Amino acid sequence: MADEVILLDFWPSPFGLRARIAMAEKGVEYDYRDENLREKGPLLLKSNPVHKKIPVLIHNGKPVCESLIIVQYIDEVWNDKPLFSKDPYETAKARFWADFVDKKIYDCGTRIWKNKGEAQDQAKKEFIDCLKLLEGELAEKSYFGGDTLGYVDVALIPFACWFYSYETEGKFSIEEDCPKIMAWVKRCMEKESVSKTLAEPQKVYEFVGVLKKMYGIE
Amino acid sequence: MEELKLFGSFISPFSRRVEWALKLKGIEYEFIGEDIINKSPSLLKYNPVHKKYPVLLHNGKPIVVSLVILEYIEETWKENPLLPDDPHEKAMARFWAKFIDEKSLALGRIAFFSQGEEREKALEPTWEALKTLDEEIRGKKFFGGENIGLVDLVAGVIAYWFPVFDEIADLNLLFEQKFPSLYAWRENFINVPAIKENILPQDQMLAIYRERQKKLLQIPTNE
Repeated sequence: MADEVILLDFWPSPFGLRARIAMAEKGVEYDYRDENLREKGPLLLKSNPVHKKIPVLIHNGKPVCESLIIVQYIDEVWNDKPLFSKDPYETAKARFWADFVDKKIYDCGTRIWKNKGEAQDQAKKEFIDCLKLLEGELAEKSYFGGDTLGYVDVALIPFACWFYSYETEGKFSIEEDCPKIMAWVKRCMEKESVSKTLAEPQKVYEFVGVLKKMYGIE
Repeated sequence: MEELKLFGSFISPFSRRVEWALKLKGIEYEFIGEDIINKSPSLLKYNPVHKKYPVLLHNGKPIVVSLVILEYIEETWKENPLLPDDPHEKAMARFWAKFIDEKSLALGRIAFFSQGEEREKALEPTWEALKTLDEEIRGKKFFGGENIGLVDLVAGVIAYWFPVFDEIADLNLLFEQKFPSLYAWRENFINVPAIKENILPQDQMLAIYRERQKKLLQIPTNE
């Protein structure tokens, strides 16, 4: 019997993109469903009753929620091209850095486009500091996963399509302060699983414009 | 000979959950007590990003962030597994562990720093979370099923720390009345030998937090 895989998602969501990229890497076929977040559909509400958020992966009727948990699930079920090392210590490091990305990158990035003045400057500074720490972890490797995409790459690369929005809103250049991260982004984009999956930065920027109107931000 | 050290604190729920995991798997380790204000140079060296405990040092390699440490312990020592084998069940366990961690962190802060109406509002998400957990645990002995698992260890913060904060700050937790299934779970949890033998008595925990509260709010003692 064929697997039934459904992904409830929202096209610019970096969290949803994590699941999409993981499945693209592993060649998993799935039914992508873009959700209307202002009028959440019954399947989403039934599949994630606790948080009512996307992404949700529904595999043969069973829902999995929370983007990093979904990525780990995908890695365990479709286990060619593993995203984790066999070494538990390397795996622990990968979990640490993915957790770091989760705690910091989205928050700082959001604060950049939502704010102006000092609050924005503070957010920009923290954002760059976080990317610099990640550059330290990347070191001389091609990817965080070594020679191939790993868990941390999948956790972080979706934010690359938001970089243009952060830079334009914040009037700064990520390349200037973090050239190694931008080089890493370029290498990731050489992979079809990334380049064919990421949202278009210009479209994301237009979406940020819509969000700003919604929040009443200039 | 393996070298295993845990930098932690007897009063920290994040440190205790790691100790419980090690004890449940019968793993020997050296415990190094850390102070929340005066952190040791070792701690700062091993966790430069967050500068927090617990830190597990295994043969010289540091692992930090309590949920990451628990997964590492589970992967390294296979006895008495704390996570299910089935990928979907494992995903659900990770979901609940994350949920508990996210929703329980606020309570300590609210207990010490909020008052009055602001406090009542701040407490609502925590009570809602407890209601969700109460529904989830209904009919089960442990979150892990018949045996204690990773989610139970994470929920230890609710079993031991919530009643302490409740008493210190008069939060009106009403654990048994409002969350009866979760209260029943608590009875099962606190009677597991590895748990029971590795936790400070309630009155000691109260004393430590009262001392901290005094320092934070500079309220003179009247004991």
